[in-house]
Amino acid sequence: MSDANERLSRIVNDHDVVLFMKGTPLFPQCGFSSRAVAILEHCGIDFESVDVLQDMEIRQGIKAFSDWPTIPQLYVKGEFVGGSDIMMEMYESGELQQLLTEKDVAKAS
Amino acid sequence: MAMPAAEIEALIKAALPDAEIEIRDLAGDGDHYAAHVVSSAFAGKGRVQQHKLVYEALGGRMGGELHALQLTTAVPN
Repeated sequence: MSDANERLSRIVNDHDVVLFMKGTPLFPQCGFSSRAVAILEHCGIDFESVDVLQDMEIRQGIKAFSDWPTIPQLYVKGEFVGGSDIMMEMYESGELQQLLTEKDVAKAS
Repeated sequence: MAMPAAEIEALIKAALPDAEIEIRDLAGDGDHYAAHVVSSAFAGKGRVQQHKLVYEALGGRMGGELHALQLTTAVPN
């Protein structure tokens, strides 16, 4: 396993909810990342964000790690959930909220 | 890095011949698209696997040549 994969495994296992994105929740650098942040904020949960623009190893590594070509990417309890389109569909149908409840993810304090 | 909608549609059709594909050029700049793809190949698969089939059809262009493609997938009724 490469260094990038080890780092990524650690990140997704150390936090309940991780969003790999371009920019930060306060200053997203891409419309898709911005949408992903908005969805998680609407769900009212705490999440860890990783700005892939600040780390080339993560930026390249995450695509192979998830076998997914684009950013943002959402992980819940170490499992890849999808990109922003899937997040939006799941949010609109209530599946995302259900998943977060089932996985017992902490609400934002 | 623009890519014509017809080319996106042709690539998806080549991999998923039964697919019904609707593509919208969101910004009119040939670079920001939304695609809705309906195919029986998606049956029994989760959303992540369905999207991966479309990304595979696009042969590595997703996230590179093709920056912005909003994607929704469905199984035929």
